Amino acid sequence: MAEVKQTRIEISDGALIPDRNEKSVFSAWRISFFGAIALLVILPIVKPDPFWDILKFIPDGILRTFQVTVSSIVIALFIGLVAGLGRISRITIVNRIATVYVEVIRGIPLLVQLFYIYYALGQFFTLPPMVAAIIAMSVCYGAYMGEIFRAGIQSIPKGQMEAALALGMTRAQALRKVILPQTFRVILPPIGNEFIALLKDSSLVSILAVSDLLRRGREFASVSFQYFETYTVVAIVYLVFTLFFSKLVAAMEKRLERGG
Amino acid sequence: MAESANKRVRIIDVSKYFGDVQAVRNANVEVAEGEVVLIIGPSGSGKSTLLRCVNRLETLSAGDIWIDDIHASHSKSDIRRIREEVGMVFQSFNLFSHLTALGNITLAPRTVKKLSREQAEADARRLLKRVGLSDKEASYPGQLSGGQQQRVAIARALAMNPKVMLFDEPTSALDPEMIKEVLDVMLDLAREGMTMLVVSHEMGFAKAAADKVIFMDQGEVLEIGTPAEIFENPREERTKRFLEHIL
Repeated sequence: MAEVKQTRIEISDGALIPDRNEKSVFSAWRISFFGAIALLVILPIVKPDPFWDILKFIPDGILRTFQVTVSSIVIALFIGLVAGLGRISRITIVNRIATVYVEVIRGIPLLVQLFYIYYALGQFFTLPPMVAAIIAMSVCYGAYMGEIFRAGIQSIPKGQMEAALALGMTRAQALRKVILPQTFRVILPPIGNEFIALLKDSSLVSILAVSDLLRRGREFASVSFQYFETYTVVAIVYLVFTLFFSKLVAAMEKRLERGG
Repeated sequence: MAESANKRVRIIDVSKYFGDVQAVRNANVEVAEGEVVLIIGPSGSGKSTLLRCVNRLETLSAGDIWIDDIHASHSKSDIRRIREEVGMVFQSFNLFSHLTALGNITLAPRTVKKLSREQAEADARRLLKRVGLSDKEASYPGQLSGGQQQRVAIARALAMNPKVMLFDEPTSALDPEMIKEVLDVMLDLAREGMTMLVVSHEMGFAKAAADKVIFMDQGEVLEIGTPAEIFENPREERTKRFLEHIL
């Protein structure tokens, strides 16, 4: 077989770090994930008050957290595609606008952006907290997505575009039919990672009085004064979800590596 | 005009600069219909650049190129017309890695020529048969050997029914045992009367198929002649020295 060049965003293969951990039955991931699940099962059984009460109180918040996360990631993907295409555009003004957007947004903390959209812009028009939260999260993550799209598009060998052009396709056709389908495959894992980061960052929206997982926990704790127990459960629930999704991303990465 | 009427490709005073570096200097080459022209020369001599100027993968710094009666000015529609008439095969194959062999061949006919899927696939199967890969239509590039990939790439270019085929070092990236299968396809094409411009140092192909050989050095077309003239009796000192290296 001749060497076939596979393209993906460069990931160091970490030759110096022993990989034995992965194969053990007690891998770090398994210890954390199943440990967390076990705690969620055992604690309410052993000590129903307050753990069972907490578990009954927070599902609304989990739902809200996922609403914010999923809506934001979908919108951010769309913004990211536009920003990424803008960043590789040969039209100077388009390129400049996209680059300024990415630079500005990445330079301002998400918490400040949330405050800004809800409170600062709130002086001119009032948005429901949920809407403000989703706008802030999508605009912020759209900038990061834009960089992922840009890197993904640029990781496709330039021969692919040349071959498409040489066949008489326009740049737009080549982009749509040749470059972007390959880009999506390359960027699937980094997008999965952004999804996990967004899931965690979504806890910030609780400051806008959105009743997400963290906010529900705070509501419970402020009445029962059982801060330790409540936030322990909240932390474990976040952990279960992020560990679950990170495993999913890893599986996706593996599949991409195998399938050429 | 009359005497150049049967010229498929006319490269007239073409120059190409990359920054301050002149990659091609005032090249003049004419290729008649059905002619096979081989371009040889040391690396960095501008062979590939000249080839890429023909279908405007490189913009011209100066000069003109005609394909039959189409003058590739700088307008986008003219450049696309040229590219529809001129097929290209690359050193690194450049197959679309997310598509099967069949998908690779049908993509351009369907998007550019707006052929129906049935029509495009029927044509593609005929072409795959021609390059001896009928059983590989569902394979992805990653599942094919280099020689097979290059044959699919040739079929992909032929699917647009080009009047001219450009080959940019089509066998340089191949293992030795795979070179022949690609050259055989090219020989068939030459016999069928395809007009071809080939950058390659395959002497066997040159002797079997080339009507003309062009020697380039430092961006200049130094010598044009029949294979016999160039290989056995080169006029230029630089051609002699180069041939001593590769023969």
